[in-house]
Amino acid sequence: MQKIGVFICWCGSNIAATVDVVRVAEEIKREPGVVYSADYQYMCSENGQQLIKNAIKEYGLTGIVIGSCSPRMHEATFRKAAESVGLNPYMVEVANLREQVSWIHKDKEEATEKALILVRTAIAKVRLNAPLKEGESPVVKRALVIGGGIAGIQAALDIAEAGYPVDIVEKNATIGGRMAQLDKTFPTLDCSACILTPKMVDCAQNEKIDILSYSEIEEVKGYVGNFSVKIRKKARYVDETKCTGCKICMTKCPSKKGLDEFNMNLKTRTAIHIPFAQAIPNVAVIDPEQCLKLKTGKCGICQKFCGAGAIDYTMKDSFIERQYGAIVVATGFKPIDLTAFNEYGYADNKDVVTSLELERLMNAAGPTNGVLLRPSDMTHPKVITFIQCVGSRDVSGCGKPYCSKICCMYTAKHAMLIREKYPDTEVHVFYIDVRTPGKNYDEFYRRAVEQYNVDYIKGMVGKVYNENGKLMVQGSDLLNNEQIVIPSDLVVLATAIEPEPSVRKIATLLTASIDTNNFLNESHPKLRPVESPTAGVYLAGVCQGPKDIPETVSQASACAAKVIGLLAKDKLKTNPCVASSNEMMCNGCSQCANVCAYGAITYVDKEFRLGGGKTEIRRVASVNPAVCQGCGACTVTCPSGAMDLSGFSSKQIMSEVEAICKK
Amino acid sequence: MTRQDTLENIVRISGTDAKKCMKCGKCDGRCPAYNDMDVKPHQFVNYVAEGKLEKLLASHAIWNCLSCMACVERCPRGVAPQGVIEAVRDTVIRMQGNNGIKAEEIPPIVDEMIPQQLLVSAYRKYNK
Repeated sequence: MQKIGVFICWCGSNIAATVDVVRVAEEIKREPGVVYSADYQYMCSENGQQLIKNAIKEYGLTGIVIGSCSPRMHEATFRKAAESVGLNPYMVEVANLREQVSWIHKDKEEATEKALILVRTAIAKVRLNAPLKEGESPVVKRALVIGGGIAGIQAALDIAEAGYPVDIVEKNATIGGRMAQLDKTFPTLDCSACILTPKMVDCAQNEKIDILSYSEIEEVKGYVGNFSVKIRKKARYVDETKCTGCKICMTKCPSKKGLDEFNMNLKTRTAIHIPFAQAIPNVAVIDPEQCLKLKTGKCGICQKFCGAGAIDYTMKDSFIERQYGAIVVATGFKPIDLTAFNEYGYADNKDVVTSLELERLMNAAGPTNGVLLRPSDMTHPKVITFIQCVGSRDVSGCGKPYCSKICCMYTAKHAMLIREKYPDTEVHVFYIDVRTPGKNYDEFYRRAVEQYNVDYIKGMVGKVYNENGKLMVQGSDLLNNEQIVIPSDLVVLATAIEPEPSVRKIATLLTASIDTNNFLNESHPKLRPVESPTAGVYLAGVCQGPKDIPETVSQASACAAKVIGLLAKDKLKTNPCVASSNEMMCNGCSQCANVCAYGAITYVDKEFRLGGGKTEIRRVASVNPAVCQGCGACTVTCPSGAMDLSGFSSKQIMSEVEAICKK
Repeated sequence: MTRQDTLENIVRISGTDAKKCMKCGKCDGRCPAYNDMDVKPHQFVNYVAEGKLEKLLASHAIWNCLSCMACVERCPRGVAPQGVIEAVRDTVIRMQGNNGIKAEEIPPIVDEMIPQQLLVSAYRKYNK
């Protein structure tokens, strides 16, 4: 018979205000097997833990139940406390009296009843608990970074700095990401390329960093410390080891009408191209949709002119498989599609551009060589109107419900840079709210208003239409209670950003949780902001939520610290709550292996004695405990009841159900 | 009907949650009748949210609104300023005891400058 102790936590007033904790502790004393019961203000505090430890020693408790907050919060705390006085940590059960009772109920009588039921349920389970021992698994001392933007670059550099090898997998032909497209960065107005490209070069030169550009994640197996990842190296039709980046192919290629993605399609490029001058790796890539040789078989000019003999039209996608201890996801963002916003005339007017397109139009390496010209007729725009919150904070279904966070600052930056470089230009900004929290951020925005005379108009634009070559921007000026029309030469839409869509596939491969807006979920929004709930997976940059460059870099470095902490360990403790198969009951049907999301179940042929000297060979399920995550899918699938989960056995679950149903 | 009942009735008929408004003014930015309105579309929403019944009932703009629904279409927050305007208009008409309009009364007041959409809207509103 177990000797069970019950500890009811007040959680200050969090639980005690809604649950009669004293009554719960009193009534529970009468439960069979309970030899000790107490309530305390903060069970997780030093004194609270001491109370538990003392009771375990004094009463020789063999199992304990804590009625407190969610086990996600403090189960580890209480297990550690129990272990320190010799009680097996898996003899600790937590009844969730906060998230499941006090926070969701108002009536004290009802809440107290429910609390009693939940504590009795936990007691029913702990009666059947058995001590479990954690196993060990080795750690592969190599990290994978998915995405080669500023987040991925920073994370990789920091991990490499600590001495661990790290691979960057980038789906484009070069690393650099969105930051490489930007002109200047707020709030200091330093040139984006000038601060980014040295970091890109550092990555290329660091012997611990392997850049796998033009590659994508194909398959992920394994678990924290032991991921096995299959990477597709897409055919770039240029041998990376031979290409010298001389660009002679680009001058000779006759197929010149491709849209230059790096320049937001504002320029054309050749079929064989290097995305931009400072690309890393500085290796050409052929666009197979555009290449005449690949499409028609006739051409082959680049091959003739390539002095290095790097061109290979027969190249196919290739696959490599590597092992990693930890994975950083840094897949970044893209501006949203503006099809649903026809009121701004984006599709019909060349001179209505997104802010990212404006970055290219202002960039010295952009299509206009840094001279601000409007796309339609390449003239200098005299009146420029900015519209903020295009698609952000939009719950109508056309846009995104969240604030994209970076637009207020980059719009102030654009407005200021234009007024600085072209003082004869009139600049208007339609805004709903100007949100500029951050060091030196509000000062930056105020400079645009006070020093650069940018005309900020509180109100939103209702329509943009073309009248005799002028873009008529009709909007409201709420502070003056007027409807105004501004004839403009260029209209810039501060377009909402969304996570790069490929992140959905990656989240599925990693079994990492993702929200309705395609942002990856963090383990805890405040206290574990860079960790995915999936162990060994870390999040950096906009894939986790909208953020600017300084925040992205901070988060990437935080990820690196977490990765280094993981890779520094030689072995990890494994969860002992894993499935196992009763071979005598297993009928070899394979259903468990089919539902296992982690590939932990295999089938083996085993010899069984039948008695009388006879044997028979049967096919039975075998679980790899290092791979099993204890999700329980196999236990409910098994038709013969052969699969069971340690720590959450069918018997334990059923006894919990019985305890809940008992009047 | 008490003042509170009238307000609640307007909220009910409008079918919109004025608290969702984030005061961006996009409704005003698109409204084709804006310049003729003494109370602007965003103000209708604000008056409902703040319970300013007298200001709503005194507005002349309820007769200028074309019921073109551009404000409803453009609102990023799913609020319907036109719904509020229509609710106020209905309320005013009912308070005057003029609940309804006869078909034969319409031709004399129609001139060719009145947009067809307004006529359709008028039928929908008055011919109950």
